Amino acid sequence: MLKNIKWKHYISYAVLAIATVVLAILSFSGALKSSSIYMLEKIAISIMLAVSLSMVVGFLGELSLGHAGFMCVGAYLGGKASVLLEPLLGEYPALIVSLLIGGALAALFGVIIGLPALRLRGDYLAIVTLAFGEIVRSVFMNTSTESFGGTLGLDTPRFDKKILFVIALVLVIGCLAVTQNLIRSKHGRAITSIRDNEIAARATGINVTKYKLVVFAISSFFAGVAGVLYSYSNYSVQSANFDYNYSIEILVMVVLGGMGSINGSIIAATLITFLDVQLQTHLTGDLAVLKDIFYALILIVLVIYNNAPALKGFREKYNIRKLFDRFKKHNPSSIKDDEAKWDRVPTKIQMDEVLSVDLQVSSPYTPDKSGKEDA
Amino acid sequence: MKLIETLISGLSMGSTYAMIALGYTMVYGIAKMLNFAHGDVIMVGGYMIFVTLSATGNPLLGLLAAVLFCVVLGVTIEKVAYKPLRGASPLAVLITAIGVSKLLQSTAQVVFGTAQKMVNVGDLGYLSWNGLTVQISTLVTLGCSMVLMVALSLFVKYTRTGRAMIAVSEDRGAAQLMGINVNKIIMITFAIGSALAAFAGLFMLMKSPSLTNTLGAMPGIKAFTAAVIGGIGSIPGAMLGGLLMGVVEAISLTVPAIAPYTDAIEFIILIVILLVRPTGILGKKRREKV
Amino acid sequence: MSDIVLKTENLGISFGGLKAVQNLDLQIKKGQLYGLVGPNGAGKTTVFNMITGVYKPTTGKFWLGEENLTGKSQEVINHKGIARTFQNIRLFNNMTVIRNVMVGLHNQPEFKCGVFTSIFRLPGHFKTEKAMRARAKEILEVVGLLEERNNLSCNLPYGKQRKLEIARALATNPKLLCLDEPAAGMNPHETADLMDIVRRIRDEFDVTILLIEHDMKFVSGLCDEITVLNFGTVLAQGTPEVALNDPEVIKAYIGG
Repeated sequence: MLKNIKWKHYISYAVLAIATVVLAILSFSGALKSSSIYMLEKIAISIMLAVSLSMVVGFLGELSLGHAGFMCVGAYLGGKASVLLEPLLGEYPALIVSLLIGGALAALFGVIIGLPALRLRGDYLAIVTLAFGEIVRSVFMNTSTESFGGTLGLDTPRFDKKILFVIALVLVIGCLAVTQNLIRSKHGRAITSIRDNEIAARATGINVTKYKLVVFAISSFFAGVAGVLYSYSNYSVQSANFDYNYSIEILVMVVLGGMGSINGSIIAATLITFLDVQLQTHLTGDLAVLKDIFYALILIVLVIYNNAPALKGFREKYNIRKLFDRFKKHNPSSIKDDEAKWDRVPTKIQMDEVLSVDLQVSSPYTPDKSGKEDA
Repeated sequence: MKLIETLISGLSMGSTYAMIALGYTMVYGIAKMLNFAHGDVIMVGGYMIFVTLSATGNPLLGLLAAVLFCVVLGVTIEKVAYKPLRGASPLAVLITAIGVSKLLQSTAQVVFGTAQKMVNVGDLGYLSWNGLTVQISTLVTLGCSMVLMVALSLFVKYTRTGRAMIAVSEDRGAAQLMGINVNKIIMITFAIGSALAAFAGLFMLMKSPSLTNTLGAMPGIKAFTAAVIGGIGSIPGAMLGGLLMGVVEAISLTVPAIAPYTDAIEFIILIVILLVRPTGILGKKRREKV
Repeated sequence: MSDIVLKTENLGISFGGLKAVQNLDLQIKKGQLYGLVGPNGAGKTTVFNMITGVYKPTTGKFWLGEENLTGKSQEVINHKGIARTFQNIRLFNNMTVIRNVMVGLHNQPEFKCGVFTSIFRLPGHFKTEKAMRARAKEILEVVGLLEERNNLSCNLPYGKQRKLEIARALATNPKLLCLDEPAAGMNPHETADLMDIVRRIRDEFDVTILLIEHDMKFVSGLCDEITVLNFGTVLAQGTPEVALNDPEVIKAYIGG
């Protein structure tokens, strides 16, 4: 029985759980500096954002540029809930309830944005999600001071910093479990089939509508939860922080981690956030922007290296995985049924498809070049 | 009178959006990619105007320098960042473009600092007629962009290069087989788009003189929105979308109740248009062969 | 009446002014191997696209058994029992062979398992996964891909990819299986093998098969009845011997 358990699938849980326990002990014994605690909070939030976005981008194959928008919904609405509930319920219940409220409302928005996703593909969807993020931000920025703080931002309750990041890390493990369990199930297969070939998925009877909505809902739920954690971590919520640059930063984590790789997203989110906080404290003034140049260059070089058709031969020769494989005994039958390869993840952004309308248009369809219909 | 003034300023803003949207739409139609960095080329153009203006004091010289620099920049970006990815997944190209956008913004910040620069392109004064007061710079913007747009339409329609561009956008492979140098056409497209962006940079500085490294970011997104509304890949669509966007913006800004939500309104229009007519107003319907 | 699996009546579609298919009347009986042939551009794939819900017919209706499915979506039509393969292969390239088939099994009532059952790893999840894998192996055995089950589908040779598409369509437990040029690009040996597989599928899975094919040997060796299309209209119907020897058909193929 134990043989059947795929230990590889549980490494990420083990690493995160051990890290959480060790850090919690360090924190309660007072060994962690407040700057380290701040960094750990940020890392937990980033991992949650990256893992939840990777579900949409890496597995469903849709590009979302509005993840910060969902986070914004969670941060404001969950933050407001915590402000209202804390005097009534006490510290811990208020935290838990507001996490749920923030997540659930973000998920609701996820479904609302998922609905156009059913009709739009590729770049168009990307631009709609981007627009959504900006709309949310602009709405919260123009609220009254009493409701959501407007331009001043919303002040949120303070929480014991020594415990908050531990809660955040536990939630990260929960988010990871939900994501991985979903992806490694029949539903995950249905979702990846939509990414691989939507037309074939429909013809195979996959309910594309349902799965797109499920993915958008779960992904934005965790973005919302991350938003609530953010509001607790910062004591206040500023709408300016959730602009599309932040969405792009999350996307960069997913891309650098390798699309379709959850563990990769976790590692990339950790590294980028670590560097980010470090550079922010050490580079000041106009130099702080050097870090952005650095990210931009890494992003460009990495994407070109990984995707340029001309470099294909080079990539295959010097593939990290291949180098590792050299040390392993090669045995094709050792590949388990469940393992999927994600080396070459396609996306549905194909320019000819971008301009295409949903296939079930009720009006009769007029081809561009009449008579080019294949027999 | 107020309405006419609003309309004129809206059309002027809209024509600036249209100039930017043309860059997006042409690149999208011909290179089949979303050039996310296009908005930041405007910003670079703005800084070139600022540099030349501080050195010579001549705005026209500034425009010339900006156009030249932006053309070189646009073509270089295409060669270095996008060309190696031709044939790769479009998502990879989009992410690279996002990287280029970030790179331009942060480089500008390192070179010119975070503080905003005031660029005074020269006050042209007001024109008053029958109680109608219009800034002359607004009329100049409107006039110049109309001339540029007509010129571009004529160029695409009546020159060999222009027709080659249409051919490449219809079917790259077939165009190549017909002896069209696709790489050259894509390069020219980027050059034209960047030159228009430089003009847009000047127009934006004429409207408001403050210059920061994010000058092009929001107008870039709005212009892209305009291109999508008009039907991406369609040149008249980009013009129509841009003008529409500008007018909506101008009207919304004059109504105090909704003025703060202007950006949101524009994006809501985008979402509604895409839901009702996913290909935009003038876009062509295409679909995948099954 | 009950032994008619697919019936179309006056089925037609026009794209703009172009009538791609018109006045198509088909009656396919249960257990039949039915062929749809015709020169390039005759509208054969368009017929497939109509009866699988990709296009909505502009005229006419079609029934699966007693049920009118005209205008239903692809998913619904698949659930009701029409499955298809594609002329230009559309596999889930980044999945292993067995997972491709398991996607086909997704909607079978015996493998029901809710999203939350999977997320919380309730016992139902493991039971379903195990049962699905076992069933997928059975199907792969029939098309002869059992040994390849752990390879990525994009790494399979062309002929095997076609077989995998058939397996995936079969997994949805269809009443009518539509094969779009299943033998295209296969060598004579593979084609002969495929003929055996198609017959075996019809017998073992109790399914009716409608296929498009250009290889006339394949069609006449396999099909019980055929319909010949040209320019979207029916030229001839009947057994392969009769229909293929129809003077109109010969004219359409050889030119007149």
